[in-house]
Amino acid sequence: MSKGRFGQHGGQFIPETLMNAINELEEAYNFYKNDKAFLAELDELNRKYIGRPSLLYYAEQMTKDLGGAKIYLKREDLNHTGSHKINNAIAQVLLAKKMGKTRVIAETGAGQHGVATATAAALMGMECEVFMGKEDTDRQALNVFRMELLGTKVHAVTSGTQTLKDAVNETLREWTNRMEDTHYVMGSVMGPHPFPTIVRDFQSIIGKEVREQILEDEGKLPDMLIACVGGGSNAMGLFYDFIEDTSVKLVGCEAAGQGIDTDKNAATIATGRVGIFHGMKSYFCQDEYGQIAPVYSISAGLDYPGIGPEHSALHDAKRAQYVSITDDESVEAFEYLSRMEGIIPAIESAHAVAYARKVAPTMGKDQIIVINLSGRGDKDVAAIARYKGEEIYE
Amino acid sequence: MSRVRDVFAKGKAFIPFITAGDPDLSITEELVPAMVAAGADLIELGIPFSDPVAEGIVIQEADMRALAVGFTTDKLFESVKRIREKTDVPLAFMTYINPVFAYGSRKFVQNAADCGIDALIVPDMPFEEKEELQPICREFGIDLISLIAPTSHERIKAIASEAEGFVYCVSSLGVTGVRKEITTDIGEMVSLVKEAQDIPCAIGFGISTPEQARQMSKDADGVIVGSAIVKMIAKYGKDCVEPVCEYVKSMKEAMV
Repeated sequence: MSKGRFGQHGGQFIPETLMNAINELEEAYNFYKNDKAFLAELDELNRKYIGRPSLLYYAEQMTKDLGGAKIYLKREDLNHTGSHKINNAIAQVLLAKKMGKTRVIAETGAGQHGVATATAAALMGMECEVFMGKEDTDRQALNVFRMELLGTKVHAVTSGTQTLKDAVNETLREWTNRMEDTHYVMGSVMGPHPFPTIVRDFQSIIGKEVREQILEDEGKLPDMLIACVGGGSNAMGLFYDFIEDTSVKLVGCEAAGQGIDTDKNAATIATGRVGIFHGMKSYFCQDEYGQIAPVYSISAGLDYPGIGPEHSALHDAKRAQYVSITDDESVEAFEYLSRMEGIIPAIESAHAVAYARKVAPTMGKDQIIVINLSGRGDKDVAAIARYKGEEIYE
Repeated sequence: MSRVRDVFAKGKAFIPFITAGDPDLSITEELVPAMVAAGADLIELGIPFSDPVAEGIVIQEADMRALAVGFTTDKLFESVKRIREKTDVPLAFMTYINPVFAYGSRKFVQNAADCGIDALIVPDMPFEEKEELQPICREFGIDLISLIAPTSHERIKAIASEAEGFVYCVSSLGVTGVRKEITTDIGEMVSLVKEAQDIPCAIGFGISTPEQARQMSKDADGVIVGSAIVKMIAKYGKDCVEPVCEYVKSMKEAMV
């Protein structure tokens, strides 16, 4: 019987060779998620190594400038390694270690999840190999070197579109080849069950902290949560604790690239339809015959033709809204936040900032928006310079 | 008794796989009857997919070649109709779940049955998810082939007891592709299947030489060869029919 469904989405669509590994993972997770010693160890790593809780920062200049809702930034960019990805990576590597695995593998798009996994592996003495699309190793060269510094072997994937989806393909292939000693650290709320649930649970610390922090600062819940969505792990982490609070609007920002009316975008909900790929039923960008579309975004982290199954279910149920943000809008937001608040966001997170710039002025001054600033923008500086026609070499 | 199962009643079966549309569909239409003449007992036609996660580089590249020259599922249905005018050999489609689901699972299976396809193999749809296609395949009389792997162990019983046509025994870990050695205990895999159901077992993944075919056919009812043939098609392009058929003949003859 099919497991891990979110409405019609989710499931376990993977080769038979991997089924026992997946079942073993599910069993281990169900045990350790309630294991006091595991949770205490994870809590310690969260506080002492990652630097949690991350700050909830009132963006006063931005609020004044936009003249509407009060804007708060959840500062996941301040985590060790510079993004929310470490929350999941460190927890999964710890889980893998408890399971007796000695080696971890991972896919990465922008390189943030790869760096986070490489970091956790270095900390816990695990062997680590990361698969990254060739195109992404070029546009995020600094992250490749960071991973290598951390002792990880980086494989440049030259098949298909040479981006995130191809990196996932190659990591799945490698896992099929070797699962006895190896755990696949899935980087987003996607893939076959139990990954969407595991990654969501490990990221849900974001929303739990936001609830406590906003109640302390404002004495009430926010009116809107905004996060960027590729696979959707930072968004799911922010949203999850608020799903039952229907007064809180949940908004996911997809990458519209050069526009959703062009073929150069990665806006899955806006332009995709239901399919079954990478282990899950969900929305995918694809042609009429089910061939997965070559998607595009300036942001390597959002350059993925699918979305996690729980997001698809939230969309179907109209509990969350998914909007599209173009390259141009995200680059403007990247520069805007840098000047306005002295915070350089990741180009992925800039998609969420861009939507806040549009929606905040339409809201009342008594209303509150929380933006998930899922990562810092250092990795993107050279690429943004190139986008603006300046040749900078890293 | 299905046409697929009948194949194995006549002796050990040699089952070649080719990627449909590589180098183009007219060659596919020539290859199928030619391989039958050379001794193929059942033929697997791979439907190219943009992201074939269970395939090694050889079949990945074949899929890309076919898609690059305009392959579509509808064109394949037309091709299979023409193939059916030349041969009645049992034919299986091998593809991923998305090309089936996106086409409309019901419409896909109905069209496949209408043009004369006997079986469907979907490597990214494990036992737990087979309800996605099983009822539709039953309705249209297509055998949905189950796969077991070296990691299946205690799962074999449940999978085999509900299997149809034949059981596809994956010989090795990893993806498709030629291997020097196959270290899995195939005999044990096959006997676990047969304990659950008396159903033919065909071994695939990694087999390329006549010697391997002979070895594997001792333990199993059939041998599936893909990458070794697809490699020849890549090498010879439109002139592949003759060398592929010579190869098929040598493999069939090697089997006990």
